[in-house]
Amino acid sequence: MSSELPITEADLQAYIDGRLAQGRRTEIEAWLATRPDEAERIAQVRSQRDNLRALYDPVLGEPVPERLARVAQRGPRPRGIALAAGWVALGAVAGVLAGWQLHALQDARKPLLSEGASIARSAAVAHATYSPEVRHPVEVAADQQAHLVAWLSKRLGAPVRAPVLDAVGLSLVGGRLLPGEGDPATGPQPAPVAQFMYQGSKGQRVTLYVRTETRDHGETAFRFAREGSVSVFYWIDRKFGYALSSSDLDRAELLRLANLVYRQLNP
Amino acid sequence: MDERQAIVDLIPRLRRYARALVGDRSAADDLVQDTLERAWVKFHLYRGGTDLRAWLFTVMHNVHVNRVRAQRPTDVLTDDLPEVAQRAAQGDSLMVRDMDRALARLPEEQREVLLLVALEDMSYEEAARALGIPIGTVMSRLSRARERLRTTMLEIPASTKLMVVK
Repeated sequence: MSSELPITEADLQAYIDGRLAQGRRTEIEAWLATRPDEAERIAQVRSQRDNLRALYDPVLGEPVPERLARVAQRGPRPRGIALAAGWVALGAVAGVLAGWQLHALQDARKPLLSEGASIARSAAVAHATYSPEVRHPVEVAADQQAHLVAWLSKRLGAPVRAPVLDAVGLSLVGGRLLPGEGDPATGPQPAPVAQFMYQGSKGQRVTLYVRTETRDHGETAFRFAREGSVSVFYWIDRKFGYALSSSDLDRAELLRLANLVYRQLNP
Repeated sequence: MDERQAIVDLIPRLRRYARALVGDRSAADDLVQDTLERAWVKFHLYRGGTDLRAWLFTVMHNVHVNRVRAQRPTDVLTDDLPEVAQRAAQGDSLMVRDMDRALARLPEEQREVLLLVALEDMSYEEAARALGIPIGTVMSRLSRARERLRTTMLEIPASTKLMVVK
């Protein structure tokens, strides 16, 4: 028994997509046979569908770009990473308030953080925020160095030291205390972080970011990261994580400096 | 639980859809990359055993919508988009360029529905789920997208017309 259901636009779409049961399809075909204008329209839409496939199906045969394959194979992210990303956003806001262009750091295209790299990212944000400061680059200036180091050690809960880099033309400007990563609502109170700032004779600035590690990770090799215009070498040494950042030094210079800092901190 | 390979295998389809959605090749691959990254961040929300492809397209839809919103602070998804210049020509084929341009003139939401159904071959139910909209909305957007694409293509000069039945 043939149904006498009215033919709707949805029926016609389903007809175009080949998603109708045989019976209904036959009804539609009979209906279209008596309406040439409508039949022509449907034929055009069908060919449009074929053309779309013809145009874009070749993408299926293209070799997959390496960058995409790499991301696909990465695997699920640990849940804690979102916290680090939140801190980056916070740092970015601070950077904008400080009048510094942080667009490179906010680039959504950038691969998301890996756990180890979060110190590099945080250090770069802190560097980008404070290193352009002319009047208030630091909270405590180098002329009160003893006080600075004692204060930061007290707040970090571990003895920190400011490496002496005058031999390579960088003098200590001073330091400041920064909020640590982590969410006080869900985890232990995050330990604050120290930033030492150095300046060369041409005004080039380098910051050393020092954070206490909750677990002893042993030692890691130097790792390099680039965050926008900021280059960062970072490493973990027992109870401390370090990141040395600069926008002014090239990678090789910064690596030499990282070696020097490392040797000073581990005499 | 190795969805990695399954996801790798789906990359070509994500790329095809993204290419048709945003036009430009590298912008499309950027969209795919952001989608994959987002997918791993949100992977705990994926329920194993369900349709991974549909889930990835949902993630891509969300990433895309956020980007479109970020790019255009005001809502310009209206009927009179200007001649779209930012979509690069994909090759020398006139048909490609015309179809590509006609697609670009579709409002974002219509283009997504059309491509999921016509290119990705999703059922209407799957498309509705992927986009988080009622199936009736899928049907009306699909119909409007097709009609609009059809009339746009007919306006293109006769030499490059795809099909004229008369």
